[in-house]
Amino acid sequence: MILKISWRNIWRNKLRSLVVMTAIFLGVWSGVFIDALSLGMNNQRTENFLSTSIGHIQIHNPKYLEDNKISFTISNSNELLDFGKNIDGFHISNRTKIGGMVSSANGASAGNVVGIIPENEKEVSSIYESMVYGNYFEEYKKNGIVIGRKLAEKLKVKVNSKIILTFQDPNNEIIASAFRIQGIYKTANSRFDEMNVFVQQQDLARIMNTEILIHESGIWLDNKENVDQVTENLKSNFSNLEVRSWKIIAPDLSYTDEIMMQMLYIIMLIILAALAFGIINTMLMAILERRRELGMLMAVGMNKTKLFSMVVIETIFLSLISGPLGLFVAYLSVEYFKVNGMDFSSVAAGLEDVGYSTIVYFDMDPEFYFGTLVMVVTTAILSSIYPAYKALQLNPVESIRGI
Amino acid sequence: MSIIKTNNLERFYTEGGLTVKALNGVTLNIEEGEFTAIVGPSGSGKTTLLNVIGGLDSPTNGTVEIAGTEITNMKDNMLIDFRLKNIGFVFQAYNLIPVLSALENTEFIMLLQKEPKAKREERAKQLLKEVGLESQINKKPNEMSGGQQQRVAVARALASKPKFVLADEPTANLDSKSTADLLDIMHELNQKEKTTFIFSTHDQRVIDRATRVITLEDGKIISDETKK
Ligand SMILES: Nc1ncnc2c1ncn2[C@@H]1O[C@H](COP(=O)(O)OP(=O)(O)OP(=O)(O)O)[C@@H](O)[C@H]1O
Ligand SMILES: [Mg+2]
Repeated sequence: MILKISWRNIWRNKLRSLVVMTAIFLGVWSGVFIDALSLGMNNQRTENFLSTSIGHIQIHNPKYLEDNKISFTISNSNELLDFGKNIDGFHISNRTKIGGMVSSANGASAGNVVGIIPENEKEVSSIYESMVYGNYFEEYKKNGIVIGRKLAEKLKVKVNSKIILTFQDPNNEIIASAFRIQGIYKTANSRFDEMNVFVQQQDLARIMNTEILIHESGIWLDNKENVDQVTENLKSNFSNLEVRSWKIIAPDLSYTDEIMMQMLYIIMLIILAALAFGIINTMLMAILERRRELGMLMAVGMNKTKLFSMVVIETIFLSLISGPLGLFVAYLSVEYFKVNGMDFSSVAAGLEDVGYSTIVYFDMDPEFYFGTLVMVVTTAILSSIYPAYKALQLNPVESIRGI
Repeated sequence: MSIIKTNNLERFYTEGGLTVKALNGVTLNIEEGEFTAIVGPSGSGKTTLLNVIGGLDSPTNGTVEIAGTEITNMKDNMLIDFRLKNIGFVFQAYNLIPVLSALENTEFIMLLQKEPKAKREERAKQLLKEVGLESQINKKPNEMSGGQQQRVAVARALASKPKFVLADEPTANLDSKSTADLLDIMHELNQKEKTTFIFSTHDQRVIDRATRVITLEDGKIISDETKK
């Protein structure tokens, strides 16, 4: 019957209770919503960086990382290809990568000349999907080059413009060669776009009159979760090479991933703390209004434990009717935007420049819903204690005398 | 056997440096089965006396013994429990839990005493019948008249089979018809079930029904008459 009383007490002041419940509902919903949006944005940013510029794993000659000279190649790059064949969902692209200058009639810029085999590169990098002008080596054109939009703007060049690449060959001879722009790409990472130009491996070998030189192996795994395991595996099989996962190459990205979840909980915590004050305030008002009745209950023999639990239960009911509902609606809306994405292009054109996409696909760790539920319940319990304590302080004689 | 025994009760209130002697040496014996009215002018100490006897308020000096148990120095929670088991209360107003029906209100005390559901319901229905509310058992307090609410309060007070019932101006908010009805019911319960009632009142018609009338003035008993 205590449960019944507590439950019915909530509905005595319907408007007031509904206001609190609505606040909790909106608070939980918006909290989860914002969190899923942030998480989605962050994950997409990470994905963007990985799929366009970093990949999941990179392999180099250890000396190349210290000093990226053209002679520090991966001599056994074919073994890497063979190794990859035995692993499911393993994609690899061996690249020639030479530091050099890119110049046009209007300017010059330092960068990496990356020599690729387009079919292989497409397996590990999504740049081919990020073309804004021209195409990504769709047909073989001798000395065709694909450059980033940022660089194109800097050099004031367009598709079919001619640009000059200047770099040192293995004999330290300076080589300058003309390339024609075949396509212009744009990733979410404009710094990458400015720094990297892509050409066909065979063109570089021909120009330098060498065999094909491999400086970097880029690896993409269908399942990102396997990165650590595959990295270890590669390390033990190729002890002469430096094998690094994206977490090592871009620690900032992996760090944001790690603290993201904590930040999301903190946001939720702040929202719930604000709600707690609303709940406490409402319950204190309710108790003040009902002090005669509560005094009467104590007078006729309701003990402190029962009185305390009556108020606690009422507070918990009040908080927990709408909290889980908010969570459920949040779940539905997060699932919707997970699939359909939310379009920010009209309001946030600048987002792309810092690596975020303008269409954000939400993301949420299922664990977070559970975590939030636990936090809502905890908030309800904590918020109930003070009002219940206040109720115990009532003096039956004074309450009944009815000031 | 005397069911309530007070010895030289004093209850002083100090407010703004002024001491009010709400009770000023009350020594009193109440026997089982009495139907006692406490009367006296406003501020004479009636409410204070009932509160002290009922263990709601503690005296500044003196003792209260209920059925041989001294309650003056009892701990809070023990006192609540003692009240629950031994004393029925009817107040002037705010007697009932607004969200519960007449039946549930009547059951409430028995619920606190952990009586089983079937037994609670049976006794509550029986009591509501005795106070003439057989047809109203599912009504909420705000759907009943003031007199009906007070009758539910009486039923509720009796539910736990208390040693006595304290009622502080139970008829103060009632019209004369309801007052007469309530008094009839209380009197009948007193006669039939030997329930001890102690009530305070200003109302001459209520005083006329009492078998014993104790008159207070300035916190002292100035007269104590038992009618035949
Ligand atoms: N909490 C309190 N603080 C200060 N004085 C009080 C308090 N309670 C009662 N008094 C004083 O004690 C005296 C007795 O009050 P009490 O309520 O017992 O009188 P009463 O006979 O019940 O009066 P009434 O007929 O008006 O109900 C009064 O002078 C009153 O002002
Ligand atoms: Mg009074």
